[in-house]
Amino acid sequence: MASPAVKIGVLALQGAFIEHIHVLGRIENVTAVQIRTPAEVNDPTLDALIIPGGESTTMGLVAERSGIVEPLRLWAHQGVKPVWGTCAGMILLANSALQMKIGGQPLLGGLDVCVDRNHFGAQLQSFEMPVSIPVLGEEPFQAVFIRAPVIVSHKPNVTVIAKLEKKNADDEHERIIAARQSNLLATAFHPELTGDSRFHRYFVEMVRTSKLARQQTASS
Amino acid sequence: MSNNLSDVVVPYGTKLTAATNGKVEGSATVKTGLAQMFKGGVIMDVINVEQARIAEEAGACAVMALERVPADIRKHGGVARMSDPHMIKEIKAAVTIPVMAKCRIGHFVEAQILTECGIDYIDESEVLTPADDKHHILKSEFPIPFVCGARNLGEALRRINEGASMIRTKGEAGTGNVIEAVRHSRQINAEIKQVQNMDEVELFTFAKEIQAPFHLIKQVKELGRLPVVNFAAGGIATPADAALMMQLGCDGVFVGSGIFKSGDPAKRARAIVQATTHFRNAKILAEVSENLGEPMVGINIDTLPEGEQYAKRGW
Repeated sequence: MASPAVKIGVLALQGAFIEHIHVLGRIENVTAVQIRTPAEVNDPTLDALIIPGGESTTMGLVAERSGIVEPLRLWAHQGVKPVWGTCAGMILLANSALQMKIGGQPLLGGLDVCVDRNHFGAQLQSFEMPVSIPVLGEEPFQAVFIRAPVIVSHKPNVTVIAKLEKKNADDEHERIIAARQSNLLATAFHPELTGDSRFHRYFVEMVRTSKLARQQTASS
Repeated sequence: MSNNLSDVVVPYGTKLTAATNGKVEGSATVKTGLAQMFKGGVIMDVINVEQARIAEEAGACAVMALERVPADIRKHGGVARMSDPHMIKEIKAAVTIPVMAKCRIGHFVEAQILTECGIDYIDESEVLTPADDKHHILKSEFPIPFVCGARNLGEALRRINEGASMIRTKGEAGTGNVIEAVRHSRQINAEIKQVQNMDEVELFTFAKEIQAPFHLIKQVKELGRLPVVNFAAGGIATPADAALMMQLGCDGVFVGSGIFKSGDPAKRARAIVQATTHFRNAKILAEVSENLGEPMVGINIDTLPEGEQYAKRGW
């Protein structure tokens, strides 16, 4: 069966959403649209959702005031269609987070992990480096970390896709930078800021597989 | 207008050496990348911890820590300088969002001190009294990213050539009057359209006319926009002002005096954040513009003596 055309919504409340749309635009049979309102989030023709990088507190607060937190939670918790969070998006998908603002911040949850916000520190500690991501092939992926979070713990149902070495060998926390839990994908870095579209292609394959499976269930 | 920033290469990167594992800090991608994360957001001027917390709760994507907002700098006169590092550190400790601070034009030692304070972005700002009447800071030498003001394409590209990772309109800070920000944004847009219609021979002459580096003008022609993130600043006081600047093609907004010089700062700050996200949605703009209380009074720019026009500072 030919791989189906897919439509991916990119949450466009704040942050680097255009960058995702541009990378998706380079992949065949993918339509990418900006998502801001309840009607747009609930659009039944969407096959997947991307929550981009930006400020996670801003996105959480604006989502609340725009009436889309509940529909977004459904996306993340039902797991019927794929959702990918990058950086701030990964924080929003996490079930818990460390170093939140005073009084906490709205999270969507769904991903059985705990993230540490601004793990590496302020902008001066932001960096890029080649990392090994086996699901993308042998060639290392240039990962850009901007005031980035990491996953410090996870439940067994979460598959680790990539991680950094521990700062010290005896640290109890892991430093996971990419993970997957069935239809949920999360990356601490920004594949949308590099010319390398392999991570977006990996996600699009998830979306196509999920769509095929839904179509087969519907027709059987 | 194309918004593709992903393939942009900023001209003169910091002199970088990779660690043995290939790790690089302060690269052009990392510096322009943080500005990309600010897009669609509002950066708010704050003068103390309490205001910083209000800004964070309102949904600001960053705060600018300074001792006096531009409206008060105007009122009090005198020399305006970098803020006390202690105050900047207090604000940094109070919020989890990025913190920016201003240094004077050309004052590279203030920039070194701010870098040492571990803030996230430096604004080499005409709102402070310039320290050098000919030279801007060589921003590419710093591991920390800079934002600079511009009134036109030539000025923007000169700043980018010096290493600015983000541009904002100068507008006229501390006036609550958006006319200058609109003028600067329209000017840059008009020049970008001009560049897009020029062939290479014409580009050489245009580069000379606007005193901008040729390779950056070529990049503008290819991208159809500035090669870095471009925010609006200077005189934005209402949700409608913010949405106006977004519809003119800006990537986000700075709000200085407009919030904390108004009657109900928390409510106005929230409204401006919502307006910046939903900038094309007139229904939401109408909703959030209701009952915001007293706006800042504002100044008519025509009545400002030339010496008090901040936009004229910088070269």
